[in-house]
Amino acid sequence: MYTPIPYNLEIPTLFADKLIAPVIPTNNPLTQEGVALGKRLFFDNILSGDESQSCATCHNPKNAFTDDTKFSDGIDGNFGTRNSMPLFNLAWNFDERFAWDGKEFGLEKQALEPVKNPIEMHSSWVNVAEKLQKHAEYPTLFSQAFGSSKIDSILITKAIAQFERTIISGNSKFDQFIRGETTLTLEEQNGFDVFMDEARGDCFHCHGSNNNPLWTDNAFHNNGLDTNFSDLGLGAVTGDPADNGKFKSPSIRNLAFTAPFMHDGRFVTLEEVINHYSEGLQPSSTIDPLMKKVNQGGVNLSPKDKADLKAFLLTLSDFDFIDNSDFQE
Amino acid sequence: MKKIFWLLFIIFSFSTCEKNEIDCCVNLDTLNVTLKFTHNWDGVPVTASDFNDFKFRTANGESISIEKLRYVLSKIKLVNGNEEFTFSNYNLINIGEEKGLSLNLPEKIFPGSYQLKFTFGFSDSDNKDGVYQDLNSVSFNVPGMLGGGYHYMQFDGKYKDTNNQDAGFNYHAIRAVDRSDPNNLVFEDTSFDVDLGTVSFISSSKIIIKVNIAEWFKNPNKWDLNELNTVLMPNFEAQKLMSANGKNVFSLGDITQ
Repeated sequence: MYTPIPYNLEIPTLFADKLIAPVIPTNNPLTQEGVALGKRLFFDNILSGDESQSCATCHNPKNAFTDDTKFSDGIDGNFGTRNSMPLFNLAWNFDERFAWDGKEFGLEKQALEPVKNPIEMHSSWVNVAEKLQKHAEYPTLFSQAFGSSKIDSILITKAIAQFERTIISGNSKFDQFIRGETTLTLEEQNGFDVFMDEARGDCFHCHGSNNNPLWTDNAFHNNGLDTNFSDLGLGAVTGDPADNGKFKSPSIRNLAFTAPFMHDGRFVTLEEVINHYSEGLQPSSTIDPLMKKVNQGGVNLSPKDKADLKAFLLTLSDFDFIDNSDFQE
Repeated sequence: MKKIFWLLFIIFSFSTCEKNEIDCCVNLDTLNVTLKFTHNWDGVPVTASDFNDFKFRTANGESISIEKLRYVLSKIKLVNGNEEFTFSNYNLINIGEEKGLSLNLPEKIFPGSYQLKFTFGFSDSDNKDGVYQDLNSVSFNVPGMLGGGYHYMQFDGKYKDTNNQDAGFNYHAIRAVDRSDPNNLVFEDTSFDVDLGTVSFISSSKIIIKVNIAEWFKNPNKWDLNELNTVLMPNFEAQKLMSANGKNVFSLGDITQ
């Protein structure tokens, strides 16, 4: 019987210093074999009905594991209604609610969904398991990772989740600044001040800070995109009208690679995003109270503060992460 | 001879008791203590199910809904003379997520009378920037430009403004900071100690701590949300008003033994 080797998750110093431990389920500990298998599955088209798409099709490592389109098309050319979410630092989503609307609890469960979704990979788990079972190498890899060569959706999603937990981004310019390894320009520093200033950007309440290097609260907010909702978001999941129009705060790491923005990809540029919070807020019954001066459209940042805020946001771009060979096919 | 016998008997009795006082002299079984925090609006219970609804009215007359309410208490302890028994160095209570509403004393104590005390927020000596991982992980920090450390409370919701329109409020309590001179920030520790009085225990007990949310808007400073609603963190005077009002928020409830 092969015994898998425990995987040593390399946690960035800032994460170790500032955050509680990542979520690793006791029934799916990280192993070298499990992570390697998960990575192979993540990039393998065998998971889709016609073997034309893999997870990486919509979650491209070069785009911080999202894609560059407003909506992604599945194997049949059908488009979804939500922007593909970036994938990194997922093990620090402490409440374990994934997807824009929080409908998936736990990474393993989340990984079950795209394979059988008819507008995504449009396959079935029975079909996928059969193909993997007949594959020349996969049965051995599953046996090494999980002690069983009997392949099913549970083991497949466990492996994918293991790989996803290793996808860590923690070495942007701002991380290096916090570690004392570099300095910010005056514009970047002012942009950070705008971000942290309750009277200007007040971004930190939802998007983390130098003390929360995730740069998200992983919570759900209505950030004033619409007065009337064509997509209820969290409200459709909970059934609570008070949750209508609420979506997960995405991390603001790696924005240089993740356009377009918002759950529906409506903003193509960072300028559009900043303008939204500055002048474009739309009132509604569920808009978050943290959205200020809604009747004036927002906090009306000066052109300089907007430009500097963008400069700061781009300091959270992690090029090492984008180029990390551990995350390439 | 008889006197000597009784003298020896008494000495023997006391010396034995010193060795095994708990077992022989007094029935001093140790006991457990649990704190439970309940919230109300002037006596009407408030739970997460009451959020997101304009069902409360402030002393100043504004109708409000509560959307988020979380606050930290620190140095939560029982005091008996020189002895202190700490429930927790700090505890974040999140009503919406129903977290932190109950605390167990990690050690057993002897029956007797104890003072129940805690601090609302963090005193300056404990309000250290970025050191509490669990609070960082839920983004409870205060920006460095305001001195860093942590929020004492985040209380967000909406009120009906003078035009009966919905408007947001962010009643966020932190250490007060005067930024009149950005190069010379002046801080005032606006955390405050709460002494809920003496509690007598004869057996394991559950203590209710009642939290009247309405008091944040009432006493001694009647709060006008049309004037003070958002961007209160850098408002030195507003922080002092919050601190004053908070001193009437907490009270001792029922004790079940």
